[in-house]
Amino acid sequence: MSKMKTTNVEVRLPSRMGFEKVAMSTAASVAKLMGFRDDRVEDLKTAVAEACINAIEHGNRLNEKLSVGVVLSAGEDSLEVKVIDDGTGMKKQPAKPDIDRKMHGEEDARGMGMFLIQALVDEAEWVAGTDGKSSYVRLVIRLDKEAE
Amino acid sequence: MQSETKSHVDQVTSPAGHPVTVLRFEGDIASTSKDAVLGTYQALPKATAKLILLDFTKVDYINSSGIALVIQLLIEASNSGQKVSAFGLSPHFVKVFTMVGITKYAGLFPSQAEAMAAL
Repeated sequence: MSKMKTTNVEVRLPSRMGFEKVAMSTAASVAKLMGFRDDRVEDLKTAVAEACINAIEHGNRLNEKLSVGVVLSAGEDSLEVKVIDDGTGMKKQPAKPDIDRKMHGEEDARGMGMFLIQALVDEAEWVAGTDGKSSYVRLVIRLDKEAE
Repeated sequence: MQSETKSHVDQVTSPAGHPVTVLRFEGDIASTSKDAVLGTYQALPKATAKLILLDFTKVDYINSSGIALVIQLLIEASNSGQKVSAFGLSPHFVKVFTMVGITKYAGLFPSQAEAMAAL
């Protein structure tokens, strides 16, 4: 995949838990073709999986009549991933998880997906669809050429 | 689509002579893993299982729902006066567990031998 401008790969997933692994594997394959280090591929896999889980569970509310779109755009030095669902999008960003509050029952043990996404990729933004649906999360992970 | 989580329990003795309960997991750790993770833990005798190791050597995929199950286990263990450590996580999941703060409540070790030596 040398001298690549932008190459798109698209996957459509049923809104069923577990199918996030299909997107995860596809993203990993594209990232490896682009030359990402193994540790960055692992970061991307978790971020993409969590974005798809959010889309399946919260965006499409596990409605199997709806699908989750995953669009990977491989550029020369970065990979952009859009995960699109039929939800209305995020109203606000959840607070950073606090392990002490979780351990003391003051915070739900769940709710770490968005934190992980933000922590593991170089850019993450949540965009609400203008028509009240077709919302998406956009992730960008950059090739770190100096570390290659 | 998610591979079933298998779990089994081994009883071992630490180098210091303490009885240790090892929960060994295999497959994915996700929202469908509640019985394998929490169910297996909750079936342990709380009076005698005071030192617990979680073996992730054969786990390839852990998502945020799976991490939440591990945190729920740690909450119950803390309330029961049990000490929990884990081993066998890939470097990526060591990073993820560290990022969410689990290392504050459970030691992470590369191998069972290193985890046992720390008990």
